[in-house]
Amino acid sequence: MTTTLPVTTHATTRSSTAGAPAAGHDLLRLATAGSVDDGKSTLVGRLLYDTKSVLTDQLDAVERVSRDRGLEAADLALLTDGLRAEREQGITIDVAYRYFSTATRSYVLADTPGHVQYTRNMVTGASTAELALILVDARHGVVEQTRRHLAVTGLLGVRHVALAVNKMDLVGWDAEVFGDIVGEFARLASRFGIEDVAAVPVSALLGDNVVDPSANTPWYAGPTLLEHLESVPVGTDPAVEPLRFPVQYVVRPRTAEHPDYRGYAGRLASGVVRPGDEVVVLPSGRRTTVLGIDRAASDGTVHEHEVAFAPQSVVLRLADDIDISRGDVIAAADRPSTLTRSLTGTVAVLAERTLRNRDRLLLRVGTRTVRAIVDDVVDQLDIESMEQRPAPDGLSLNAIGRVRLRLAEDVAVDDYRELRRSGAFLLIDEADGSTLAAGMAEAPDRSAGEGI
Amino acid sequence: MTQALPAETLRKEVEPPTYVLDHLDHLESEAIHIFREVAGEFERPVILFSGGKDSVVMVHLARKAFAPAPLPFPLLHVDTGHNFPEVLAYRDATVERLGARLVVAHVQDYLDDGRLRERPDGTRNPLQTVPLLDAIEGNRFDAVFGGGRRDEEKARAKERVFSLRDAFGAWDPRRQRPELWDLYNGRHTAGEHVRVFPLSNWTELDVWRYIAREEIELPEIYYAHEREVFQRDGMWLTAGEWGGPRAAEATETRLVRYRTVGDMSCTGAVESDAADVDAVILEVAASRLTERGATRADDRLSEAAMEDRKRQGYF
Repeated sequence: MTTTLPVTTHATTRSSTAGAPAAGHDLLRLATAGSVDDGKSTLVGRLLYDTKSVLTDQLDAVERVSRDRGLEAADLALLTDGLRAEREQGITIDVAYRYFSTATRSYVLADTPGHVQYTRNMVTGASTAELALILVDARHGVVEQTRRHLAVTGLLGVRHVALAVNKMDLVGWDAEVFGDIVGEFARLASRFGIEDVAAVPVSALLGDNVVDPSANTPWYAGPTLLEHLESVPVGTDPAVEPLRFPVQYVVRPRTAEHPDYRGYAGRLASGVVRPGDEVVVLPSGRRTTVLGIDRAASDGTVHEHEVAFAPQSVVLRLADDIDISRGDVIAAADRPSTLTRSLTGTVAVLAERTLRNRDRLLLRVGTRTVRAIVDDVVDQLDIESMEQRPAPDGLSLNAIGRVRLRLAEDVAVDDYRELRRSGAFLLIDEADGSTLAAGMAEAPDRSAGEGI
Repeated sequence: MTQALPAETLRKEVEPPTYVLDHLDHLESEAIHIFREVAGEFERPVILFSGGKDSVVMVHLARKAFAPAPLPFPLLHVDTGHNFPEVLAYRDATVERLGARLVVAHVQDYLDDGRLRERPDGTRNPLQTVPLLDAIEGNRFDAVFGGGRRDEEKARAKERVFSLRDAFGAWDPRRQRPELWDLYNGRHTAGEHVRVFPLSNWTELDVWRYIAREEIELPEIYYAHEREVFQRDGMWLTAGEWGGPRAAEATETRLVRYRTVGDMSCTGAVESDAADVDAVILEVAASRLTERGATRADDRLSEAAMEDRKRQGYF
């Protein structure tokens, strides 16, 4: 087996300082989705194997187990095999994370199993992904699960989709089969608001067009799957987004060296910030300006910076001495988040507990947790028909639907479709602390409700 | 590639045309975010600190997360009694430098009073679980930072950043919460605690590159040195009171280094001439063995060895 891509042997030591222009080696998070038996595990195994991310002892184990099971060649799917607990109990833990890297990029791959709990799994994997890698079996084309995968991808705001039409060897490398599948897939994708779709004809089992170009597809002029992953632009452009800075922690050393230091630690959820920028603190609405942006150097001393951008972790110092604590949001004064006590959003139910009208829960958005009541389960999304229908019995595990929530306090929130980080929320069971649902806020209603 | 400028000279730079983070900066920012989330949500967090490179990187990141304030967490070391002296010296020097509080749980205490018994193979790594859980309970720690990475092992690939444990420290795959966006749910009831893994998304190579970039000092056994070793189960082990070498095992002097640092009885050295961090990075990048496969006898016990230990409350 040959490979054209170098392993990451370049030693980029002391190569870049955060805040400096990109040094080149960036990070792409992607999530995989596929139906049962369409070869997803094999494809992921192939990506790891052909990028030399699989080491000898791992491969030895795979070959040993493959032989024990009477297979002739190493089954690369075993590289991503589950835990013994999963096999014994017939359960699947939602997402497994895989890592591989090339000379230009490091990848964090959220590998989501394509079985019954597809929604829960895929929502989880897609929440942090910038690209969804969706598999279709060339023999079966676009199936029901493909539609679900696209629906979830669109809902979670994943901007890029790579379609791997797998098992092309089993349809005789037929260009027409590939073209038909891509056409149908692209039509569906645009219905779900996904604009960027790239399709690659592959055989994960044989390795065609995964990392190395295939001799079997002379009619295909596009990149291999990995070449495509290498070229997808990473991240959104912080320069066009308004600042959102959820305060995590107040840094107050009160030491002899720093008796009066007071800074607000957080990670920019979106946007860019510079000293002198006017900001508003939510929910209080107090306005002030940014005095300084601090980050620690490797020796632990703190340095001021002229700019910070999402998703950097920094400490902000402000010009005025105002009361700010964890849960507050420091936002761009000219484009602040909306403050609301009534929130409508689309939720995916992740737990056994059914979500019903009048349920009392906790809502977590950014660093803020407030009490919430389900005012109304508005509807449920029927993924087969993509229609919204009433949900008189509430939303059960794996269901997707819209809910209207009444909140105990004002919360700063954004439309998820515009700002992913500050529009995302969790619904939490107050009694046992479990995460019940993942939510994506709609453009919030500024008219504050009556509260709880 | 351009040589990066020190941070303080950034203001003289023209504005960057695009705001893209280097992958190490991305991982650093994510880890710092995790440390601050724990500081904001928990009452009594603690960092597991063995002097191993992953725990050293954790402490480095934690310090950066709260600067200029001092580290707001104590450190916890589970001492197997089979430590490399270089690593213990490093541990104590680090604690002194940071002005941190160190809590040590001694496996030896448990052996002395009979609460634990020595294993036939002399390995003490599996014996760490009980002293660890007792230290967590005794100090009422509610969040315990560990240096575990998902790339290390199959059972870790599915570990959460916030991993909920019951009073027995057990990891129940069924009770793990889905983790979405960067919204970590740390709610727990009395008696439960949360293991937190800020390096979840780092690979071994990332850790080394970060050590190089930040110029982090490590215990010297991570770099090539001459050592009296003997071979057992295909690994080079150091002679010591813990029970090696046996009569049939001959010692010899070899140029070695350690890829992981654990209990002396089950942590093997690898033959290496990588004497500094840049040489180690080249070696790790070219290595065809995972670090656990190369150097950890405890993971070779069975295909599901790590999974079993995790379920029993191991790190």
